[in-house]
Amino acid sequence: MGYWYMELKGDGILIPLIEFEMDPKGSLCANNWAGSSSLTSPGNELETNLSSNPSSFYGVRIESPFNQFNQPSSTRSVLPGESNKDIKIPDQENCPLIDSITSKLQDWDPNAMLNNLSFLEEKIHQLRDLVHLIVNKKCQPFGQPHELLTQEQQLITTDLTSIIVQLISTAGSLLPSVRHTLTSTNPLVGQLGQLRGINLPFGADPSNSVRPQNSNGNKLFDKSTQNDLPNNCEMEQNYNMEEHEPKEEEDVDEGENLPPGSYEILQLEKEEILAPHTHFCTICGKGFKRDANLRMHMRGHGDEYKTPAALAKPHKETGSEPKLIKRYSCPYTGCKRNKDHKKFQPLKTILCVKNHYKRTHCDKSYTCSRCNTKKFSVMADLKTHEKHCGKDKWLCSCGTTFSRKDKLFGHIALFQGHTPAIPLDDTKGVADPPELQSRESNSKVGSMNFSFGSNPSSENLVQNVMDVKGNIDDPINYFSSLNFEGCNFGGFNEFSQPAFEDSEGSFSFLMSGSFNYPPKSGGGESSSDNLL
Amino acid sequence: MEELEKPEANFFNLLTDELISMILNHLETDPFATKSFSQTCRSFHALESTHRTKLKPRRLEFLPRTIHRYPFISHLDFTLCPCVDDDTLNSLSLAWNSSLVSIDLSRSRFFSHVGLSALALNCTCLIELDLSNRTDLNDLAAKAIAEAANLERLCLGRCKSITDLGIGCIAVKCSKLRFVGLRWCIRVTDFGVGLIAIKCKEIRSLDLSYLPITEKCLHHILNLKYIEDLVLEHCLGIDDEGLLTLKACCKSMKMLNLSKCQNISHIGLTSLTNGAQNLEKLILSYGLAVTTDLAKCLQRFQRLQFVQLDGCVGTSSGLKAVGNSCASLKDLNLCKCAAVTDESLSFLVQTHKDLEKLDITCCHKITHASIYNITNSCSRLTSLRMESCSLVSKEAFLFIGQCQHLEELDVTDTNVDDEGLELISRCTKLSNLKLGICLKITDNGLKHIARRCSELKHLDLYRSSRITDEGIITISNGCSSLEVINIAYNSNVTDSSLVSLSKCPELRTLEIRGCSQISSVGLSNIAARCRHLEALDIKKCYEINDTGIIQLAQHSQNLKQIKMSYSSVTDMGLIALASISCLQYISIFNLEGLTSNGLAAVLLACQNLTKVKLNTSFKSLLPQHILEYMEARGCVLIWREKEFETFRFSLCFPFGHFSSLFDAIHMWE
Repeated sequence: MGYWYMELKGDGILIPLIEFEMDPKGSLCANNWAGSSSLTSPGNELETNLSSNPSSFYGVRIESPFNQFNQPSSTRSVLPGESNKDIKIPDQENCPLIDSITSKLQDWDPNAMLNNLSFLEEKIHQLRDLVHLIVNKKCQPFGQPHELLTQEQQLITTDLTSIIVQLISTAGSLLPSVRHTLTSTNPLVGQLGQLRGINLPFGADPSNSVRPQNSNGNKLFDKSTQNDLPNNCEMEQNYNMEEHEPKEEEDVDEGENLPPGSYEILQLEKEEILAPHTHFCTICGKGFKRDANLRMHMRGHGDEYKTPAALAKPHKETGSEPKLIKRYSCPYTGCKRNKDHKKFQPLKTILCVKNHYKRTHCDKSYTCSRCNTKKFSVMADLKTHEKHCGKDKWLCSCGTTFSRKDKLFGHIALFQGHTPAIPLDDTKGVADPPELQSRESNSKVGSMNFSFGSNPSSENLVQNVMDVKGNIDDPINYFSSLNFEGCNFGGFNEFSQPAFEDSEGSFSFLMSGSFNYPPKSGGGESSSDNLL
Repeated sequence: MEELEKPEANFFNLLTDELISMILNHLETDPFATKSFSQTCRSFHALESTHRTKLKPRRLEFLPRTIHRYPFISHLDFTLCPCVDDDTLNSLSLAWNSSLVSIDLSRSRFFSHVGLSALALNCTCLIELDLSNRTDLNDLAAKAIAEAANLERLCLGRCKSITDLGIGCIAVKCSKLRFVGLRWCIRVTDFGVGLIAIKCKEIRSLDLSYLPITEKCLHHILNLKYIEDLVLEHCLGIDDEGLLTLKACCKSMKMLNLSKCQNISHIGLTSLTNGAQNLEKLILSYGLAVTTDLAKCLQRFQRLQFVQLDGCVGTSSGLKAVGNSCASLKDLNLCKCAAVTDESLSFLVQTHKDLEKLDITCCHKITHASIYNITNSCSRLTSLRMESCSLVSKEAFLFIGQCQHLEELDVTDTNVDDEGLELISRCTKLSNLKLGICLKITDNGLKHIARRCSELKHLDLYRSSRITDEGIITISNGCSSLEVINIAYNSNVTDSSLVSLSKCPELRTLEIRGCSQISSVGLSNIAARCRHLEALDIKKCYEINDTGIIQLAQHSQNLKQIKMSYSSVTDMGLIALASISCLQYISIFNLEGLTSNGLAAVLLACQNLTKVKLNTSFKSLLPQHILEYMEARGCVLIWREKEFETFRFSLCFPFGHFSSLFDAIHMWE
């Protein structure tokens, strides 16, 4: 039944979605339209199912899937009861990859194309017969009842639309860009574009919980109702897998883009991977890290291993037929590098397998002796880290560390609001609590209240400053205008004394009790005594 | 009596606040005027407190009262306060949190990132911040500054401890920055500067002098949309090879300074100024060679008006080519430029007749021919500096009188004579005249100047030794708006000169160094009348003693610096100076009458001192605590060996006499 594939490819995905939302019970009616209108002869049933205007029909579908399926609620995903009994949980191994599907849709399949074309041909044939019929009827002298005529016209329109849809979707499957570029400039093309666009959630946004049903209703795949799968892509895969003849072990390497089947998959066992040696002597079982060493070892087992051919490096077979490329699978079930994983990405070499396995699935047993925090499962990683350990001195405010300054500044230039973090050793000594800081500086400089002569120390700052002014007056009274009272200029008389040593008298006038300049030791009051 | 007083009070009250504000706006230039204004009456006093927006405190002790009195300060200048601590910053930032727009802390010390953080967080409308000369400010301070998100102008000159990390914080947070000065921030590299250029898209002006930067950050800078001024003085990391890799095209650039960039040639300049058609100002001092290649490069800048080629090597033909390729220059600096000859300079001035400012200081090759051409072609010249043009004969100065618009003339160390001065006096707009080391000029020449150049503000007669009192008296009579006068080492000048100079009420700077005949009498006259005096140099005025200084201390409340080494001032005079509240700088080498006791008293009494120059011999005589206290207060003591003992000895037996006596004895024997 080649038709089915075609139908499903074009509409099948869409139809159950719509039905699901609009009317879960009648989930097959739209499908019936797609299928029966083309295969079975038109009847009343069709008309009732089909809304009078096809475009409005489309319009509903186009909007609904996204609105509804953005909410991955489990209640929504529960399928109608009668369908549920048919649920078949697909074997994991048989799940083809979503990527393979999308790529398959892009890579055109000649067989499917042939099917499509023959289907279209048949449809056109049917339509031609129908139109013939109408033409013949019109030729008859007695006109038909009006309702019948309009029914026929609707039928023709529907079928024509269906044909156009098929034609364009077939063509669209050839052009990967079509699905993205098709926009709603032309109502029909717009619909088609959106129609095709339904495929987008598969590839672009797997989190959209699209729940396709198989349109013939026999097989429903809803694993999420039973298992908690990471997302519902699985569903689509299952679904799509049903559509296309599933290919065994369809492995795709995204990075390499190797065509599936173009390489051979090898899977080493856990023990093999963790074994220190990879080359074992077939005779005595001794293991070696290198094949060359094994070959050297083999010489001891007999002369036949001593021939130059046996000792020589087994060169690559560069014969006419290209050797199948080897790729490796991780033995850990569920790992992305495991061949059973839906997004399987093979590993290139045995070394990759070993490092991958150790890094991902083994304990990190090597601890950095410098920082005692970083742990590694691969020795080489530890050594690489140790080279740079402690050098991550370039720190961003977001907490990211960098070993190189240019990397930090590149990071800061890239992001909004990130600033370089000031290293801690820089803050040492300066980052005292503010209170302490200010108190220190205050006592150091701010309130230097010393007063000359007999003025009491309790004067306020202003008064003290005035005192300074006043006290520089001299006995000759140059500053008679200033007229400061209570100034004692005894000290001036002693200026003539040359020596500083007998400073008892000469300095006392400067240092009255209020002079509270603290020495570095921080002794508060005694400093005025220490000064002399 | 009461009835009479009342209408008078009402009379002032009749004036509207707006009117009084306008009056106040006109009073701002005179520091005494606002003071007298606010003392007029109570309402004026109140009005002045709300009107004032700018403040330049002299002493921080009064800050609490100032905060109380002036609630709307927006511009704060702390250049007279060396000691601004975190507490001060915190309290002022709380008090003026909504008004403070600009703060200058370039001369202040002792605050840390804590105070800056308070400032940045409280004063949300802070736009300008000057933190120059704080070599100890580190990245934490930079991080604190970064919180001032509205900052537009930031000067971090000589902040040598700030690194890329701190600059990075500022660049990210202060995205509105327009003017950034990073001169001498030697720990800032390409990364920090590049980040500023990436994050602060509004940048108009960038000073990156002496930074170890390369073309990597220039790439980002040239992509700035609004950059106008770029200063790259002494950026030795920038070279031609690197500049050639630049692809950017900077159309907004108006000023480019590449002084002392020895690794940049005309090739680098070409790629750096790619697309800069609007360039108006180009400074290439001590860098590029003046060649025809440079001329080709300059050809692209059709709007170029200002070119500075001082200290450049080059050829005469190169300079001629430059003259040919530039459109119409207005300002040209060729000081010590090797390319200047009579031929090239004559050609240059003939092609650029709109020249307004010309500097040909120390162009030793030019003769009167150049001067002739300059004066003939450049009639709009306002400034001519030709110090030490030694080959220019005295006849050449006769031409200068043709430049009627001349405002500034520097003929220091030339052959100008009285006849020349007579013709120079035709430039009636002269405000700045430098006649230092002009050994041919006499009082007669000065008389001409005094008669016609009444707008003279700045006169330099340094070592013009034939000048006597007569000349100075005529000058002070004719040029009453004189602000700066230097009559250093004119041994003929006596007190009567100073008495007449005291008639110049605007006098701000007076240099009478080495005028041995001037005594305290002259200085007292100056002190009593010139109340704006800010700087005074009485070094080697042996006759000036405490009497003059005490007069000074009493009247010259604006005095900021005084040099009085070798004078006869003693402890007493020095201590008297403590009454001058804004005194910042004193130089007191070899004062005979200075004792260590007196010195200690002076140091403690002068609260605002920031710099003191004195003999090393005092260092051991002063108690350590005083030194520590001075340091803590923000005062720098600069010690110099000046042979104090020899000096005292030579006073008793003047050294010259003694040696000649010695010689005589020697010969006699």
